[in-house]
Amino acid sequence: MQVSSSIRESLVTGGKSVRDVSEDISRQVEGKPTNLWWMAFGISVVLLLYGAYCFWILLWNGVGVWGLNKTVGWAWDITNFVWWVGIGHAGTLISAILLLFRQRWRMSINRAAEAMTIFAVICAASFPLAHMGRLWIGPVWSLPLPNAFGSLWVNFNSPLLWDVFAISTYFSVSLVFWYMGLVPDFAIIRDRAVRMGNKTRALIYNALSFGWAGGAKTWMRYESVALILAGLSTPLVLSVHTIVSMDFATSVIPGWHTTIFPPYFVAGAIFSGFAMVLTLLLITRKVFHLEDYITIYHVELMNIIIIVTGSIVGIAYITEFFIAWYGQVPAEQYAFINRATGPYWWAYWSMMTCNVISPQLFWFKKIRTNLVSTFVLSIIVNIGMWFERFVIIVTSLHRDYVPSSWSMFHPTMYDIGQYIFTFGLFFTAFLLFAKFFPVINMVEIKSIIKATSEKKH
Amino acid sequence: MSETKKTYWKGLPQLKNDPNYVKHADKEFVDLGVAEDPGHSRRDFLRMMGFSVAAASLAACEAPIRKAIPYVMKPVDADAGIPNYYASSYVNGGDYCSIVVKVRDGRPIKVEGNSLSSVTLGGTSAQVEASVLSLYDNYRLRGPQKGESKTDWETIDKEIIAKLEQIAGKGGAIRIVSNTILSPSTLNTIEKFKTKYPTTELIQYDPISSYGILKANEESFGVAVIPSYDFSKAKTIVSIGADFLGTWVSPIEFTKQYATTREVSEDKREMSRHYQFESNLSLTGANADYRGMIKPSQEGLVVTQLYNIVSGKGGKVSFSEDVDKKLEKAAAELLENKGSSLVVAGSNDKAVQTVVNAINDLLGNYGTTINLASPVNFRKGNDEKMATFVNEAKDGKVAGVIFYNCNPVYDHPAGAELAASLKNIALTVSTSYTPNETASASAYMAPDHHYLESWNDFEPKPNSYSLSQPAITPIFKTRQAQESFAVWSGGGTDDYFSVVQANWKNWFYDNKKDIGSDFQSFWDKCLYDGVYQATASESKSLSFAGNIESAVSSISSNYKPSNDGVELVIYESYGVGSGSQANNPLLQELPDPITKAVWDHYATISQKDATKWGISNDAEGNTQLVTIAANGKSITVAALVQPGQTEGTVGVALGYGRTKVGVVAENRGENVYPIVNVLNGSLNYSATSRVTVTKTAKDFQIAQTQIHQTYMGRESVIQESTLAEFKTNPAAGRDFPKITKWDEKVDASTISMWKGHQYPNHHWGMAIDLNTCTGCGACVVACNVENNVSLVGKDEVIRRREMHWLRIDRYYSSPEGTEHGDYKGLEKAAENPEVTFQPMLCQHCNNASCETVCPVAATTHSTEGLNQMTYNRCIGTRYCANNCPYKVRRFNWFKYHDNQQFYQSNPAMNTDLGRMVLNPEVTVRSRGVMEKCSFCVQRIQAGKLTAKRERRPVKDGEVVTACQASCSSGAILFGDMNDPESRLSKLLKIDHYIEKKNEKGEVEKVFNHGIDKKIGNPRAYRVLEDIGVKPNIFYLTKIRNKDKAKEPA
Repeated sequence: MQVSSSIRESLVTGGKSVRDVSEDISRQVEGKPTNLWWMAFGISVVLLLYGAYCFWILLWNGVGVWGLNKTVGWAWDITNFVWWVGIGHAGTLISAILLLFRQRWRMSINRAAEAMTIFAVICAASFPLAHMGRLWIGPVWSLPLPNAFGSLWVNFNSPLLWDVFAISTYFSVSLVFWYMGLVPDFAIIRDRAVRMGNKTRALIYNALSFGWAGGAKTWMRYESVALILAGLSTPLVLSVHTIVSMDFATSVIPGWHTTIFPPYFVAGAIFSGFAMVLTLLLITRKVFHLEDYITIYHVELMNIIIIVTGSIVGIAYITEFFIAWYGQVPAEQYAFINRATGPYWWAYWSMMTCNVISPQLFWFKKIRTNLVSTFVLSIIVNIGMWFERFVIIVTSLHRDYVPSSWSMFHPTMYDIGQYIFTFGLFFTAFLLFAKFFPVINMVEIKSIIKATSEKKH
Repeated sequence: MSETKKTYWKGLPQLKNDPNYVKHADKEFVDLGVAEDPGHSRRDFLRMMGFSVAAASLAACEAPIRKAIPYVMKPVDADAGIPNYYASSYVNGGDYCSIVVKVRDGRPIKVEGNSLSSVTLGGTSAQVEASVLSLYDNYRLRGPQKGESKTDWETIDKEIIAKLEQIAGKGGAIRIVSNTILSPSTLNTIEKFKTKYPTTELIQYDPISSYGILKANEESFGVAVIPSYDFSKAKTIVSIGADFLGTWVSPIEFTKQYATTREVSEDKREMSRHYQFESNLSLTGANADYRGMIKPSQEGLVVTQLYNIVSGKGGKVSFSEDVDKKLEKAAAELLENKGSSLVVAGSNDKAVQTVVNAINDLLGNYGTTINLASPVNFRKGNDEKMATFVNEAKDGKVAGVIFYNCNPVYDHPAGAELAASLKNIALTVSTSYTPNETASASAYMAPDHHYLESWNDFEPKPNSYSLSQPAITPIFKTRQAQESFAVWSGGGTDDYFSVVQANWKNWFYDNKKDIGSDFQSFWDKCLYDGVYQATASESKSLSFAGNIESAVSSISSNYKPSNDGVELVIYESYGVGSGSQANNPLLQELPDPITKAVWDHYATISQKDATKWGISNDAEGNTQLVTIAANGKSITVAALVQPGQTEGTVGVALGYGRTKVGVVAENRGENVYPIVNVLNGSLNYSATSRVTVTKTAKDFQIAQTQIHQTYMGRESVIQESTLAEFKTNPAAGRDFPKITKWDEKVDASTISMWKGHQYPNHHWGMAIDLNTCTGCGACVVACNVENNVSLVGKDEVIRRREMHWLRIDRYYSSPEGTEHGDYKGLEKAAENPEVTFQPMLCQHCNNASCETVCPVAATTHSTEGLNQMTYNRCIGTRYCANNCPYKVRRFNWFKYHDNQQFYQSNPAMNTDLGRMVLNPEVTVRSRGVMEKCSFCVQRIQAGKLTAKRERRPVKDGEVVTACQASCSSGAILFGDMNDPESRLSKLLKIDHYIEKKNEKGEVEKVFNHGIDKKIGNPRAYRVLEDIGVKPNIFYLTKIRNKDKAKEPA
């Protein structure tokens, strides 16, 4: 019996040649920034500066400028931290796990997704730093450094210390992975600059590409390193958010003290990460005219991942309620009833609407292949995921065991300012990346471009 | 052009040929003497800048120099770093407390109760505890003043003496106005003053008057006294509006006595039963077993009704069904316990008090629970005399007045009129040590010392004497008021110390040679003890001879069984008291035991009235201002919905609305004294007719430290039962949480993932009796003072960031059998709730959830069971606080010391003077670190060091935490759980031995040094036992003396 399979549609449309790829993607690196870019950049820098002012006030006066209190010791800070870390996950998932599974459609999106990871992790890391009472010593003392204080050592029991390791490992591996992928692409830009006679650019991109010459042996090593790093990153996709979730899961607070958290957090992270990738790519695609590289097919695949992870998250929410009822622990039961019907009911129901109900719209092909609806839903998902963390952190803390200490949390302009700071930082960094670095992995894309002879005419 | 002979001159200098002009004649632009070029070159600039930068950076590098100068001649008994303790006495207005002052390096830093006193029995109150900070009040008067201008004693003395002589010469009236004077030597000094100026009269009044009781007793027994009450002998206590645990007459003493009747154990399954009938929910009402809600207009009739039932007379009036039933029940029980019952009333109406006397007489309580022979001397103020004085002053009949440590302009209803008339009085002097409204209205301020700088003696009860001795050299140029009186009366400049000493020699020593070998040792002993008990003289028995008919008829004309109008109840604030200590932030930030509000003045209203008047008061204290008009005066304060407030009544506290006292208290709230009116000749702290309450459009937020009022039926937090139940089962009310394993249910405490600790030496622990704790809050202030706890001010409390290491959780619950419905229903307090107080502090968990989560191991476990906090290691992640199930950890959100932002709320850390009160043994925490109760580790350490130096183990009772020391009711007990002889081990009935198999396989009893001690006291429980953190603090169940047993769950 003979099996015949239909020829797959090309992942890149528009009949691009290898030369077109270099041309299309290097264009925005080489050309002058567009007005649209300037506008976006300007807004980002303004946000960054305003945020930096709020950060400065925080550093000068103390954490008291935020709205935290004796009962709610973490609120927007750790909410934002978990949110940003979660967002980063999509980048690693795309570049590592999808690489191992040989999902070639990832090639158009992995560069931007990885950049997003790096910037998201930087933004995330700013919160544990800012929330420390004593920022001037905290970052150093939380490292297990040999010291002259006798046997003074960090507390390896503390999930916060695990966070330090998890986040720093995650950041360094992601950074190396991302940069490694950029090296041959930098070389392409350098080569084009040499051809165009732009000596400065040639010099800079040569340095950035470490003088990449493209020898066969170099390529061989490049490929092996990519695989090794992919292998290293894969457990990180699971471990980082697992460890972040343990900040809560290992505690005694009802609503935090839950064994379901690790898988639930990882799914949530991928969920929000893909939503953020979509938000960013849909804009990048439009601004840099990359419709042929980031096609509807890509968008649809990512939307399918969103349905899957969104549903996992939804099941997790329901499981929590089930366990609260089944476990018969009064404080736990109250914590969950309070989430849905207490003073923060609006946060809970925002979360449910955004995370569980709205992604189900992607079951409709029309919706998941429509750019506008995808864009809107991707933002809704990220709002929902922010609320998820807010609900977990604030509604669990604000009414825990001893009712005399129950209180409410009211954010101040500095809570909001710190969040704005990370938005400013993120978009400033992303826009600089989009302007000066190739946003799509040219080298990889070229491997899936069909030869001219294969093209249908 | 023909030459002209004329001379044209540019100016007079040219015309006069001024040499200065000639010198510069050749220059067109004359230099006018200002050097245009000062001779600074670029090099100079660089040089100067270089120097400035170098100097500035050098100066910046250097730490500020704090001079510590050693003694050249070290005083005996003063060792750096070793505290000394001096017995003394606290007296303020009508309050008295015998105390021990802790002095470190010449500075009083802590006040504790003196257990040798037969009057206050070692107890203290929040105000006594806080008074040490008033010594270092930055707003104290620093020396004599004439009006607003500072002067010196010589000038002021000369002028005052001149004026006094002038007045005396003309025969003009001189008045010394004072609060009750307890001091025999002071009275003696004033007598001498009177001899010199015979037109002098001493007027004593009290801001919180008890004159009605004095008058009633005068009519009933012929002696104008307030008797001693002994609550410890009372099995049935009925109080009609008397807040005897909070503010009424002698609350410290009463709390001590009351607590002994509230203690229950397996061996003593009896306790007193306490009925309270009142309008506001008072601290005493909160502790009552049965509480009836009445209106002030019913108060007198409730008393007569009780009299009628007890005496078996008819003539019943009807109040609400609930009150009627409770009155019947109370009366029946009073009759059952004749001679061991007590009826007290808070009313200042002599008619009401006469009827109360009649009831107590009928019940045979005189001679048992009431002692007329040993009256209380604290409140002897005479309202009528004071009113006469005000009228005389108004009419210009007074020529000179000296206000001896009192403030009638503020705290007397006719204060405003008095202030106006003072302007026309030739001589007005105030001896107050702080600025106040009266001092400002007086011409001269001759400030007295603070009581901790003074010598004095007191006679709180006949034959019970106490001394006051200075614990510090006077900080400012103040002078003992008694010395001032002596100087003004020409009695020489003997210091008051020798006067007191001479008096004591004269009174107690010279007549009774049997006291001791010599006067010096007698005196030293008295001074050391702080108290002296003279032998009581024979007292003649008194019999009741009151005119009950006229009292009853007076009551029936002044009170009515029902009233549709709003009524106003005026009460003394638990925090700032009568207002004299209002500038003390410790008291401003002390949560009111009931409302848990701080820094604010408010009107308590019932939920029904709030709905009626359209006032919305949410959980976070957001409310509206209301204008309350009564007796022709009106005030505007915030409305606070208070469960337990009788519908149709509004409660407002005295003590607020100070205008001249210092930045802490000024313009906080309104002065309610002007509303106080006169009834039957004494001040009446209520208004029952023509009271209007008008809601204003202004919003207001009241700062409260607790914004959730009920314990949500959580038996893991509060375990309580009734005495009826307790009698049959001492473990009544206990909750024994179980954990379900796959095959069986086991006790929650038996499962742990931790190995536990071994405590080879001490194992510190604490027991808190929820039954004896009255919720007064003295421990909160004591803890603040002992541990340098920051005070953060109103705004920060609204942000829920008070720093108290120890708080008193106050929970309302509905009487048993009430249907709550869902969780939302549980959140609402009942209309007349039961109240439970639970002191909550770091539980020093053996499996502490805070310890495991700190990334830098800043909070760790000690080898003695303490959960300790290393401030210097803390990086401020606040994870420990989040993970603390008891929420007792406090974070330094800001820098609270040396920060102008907290100048008003935290002077102890922001003024040079205030800093002197700080306990040098406790670190002042910096910004960004976590803090919490340390079990007074500095005291544990001091106790261990003393024991070590003396080569012996630490004795039980040697280490006492600040909270325990301050607790008048003895509800808090700290001790070593490893010591089988400690009171704590005995109270908890700890079994110290566990059975273990030795190598030979024999069963052996081994001393248990571990964390799991077998607790034998069935009342003892750990809060949140189910989560397995295993605290070292045990609570003893709350037992209410109620009839009906708790419904089985």
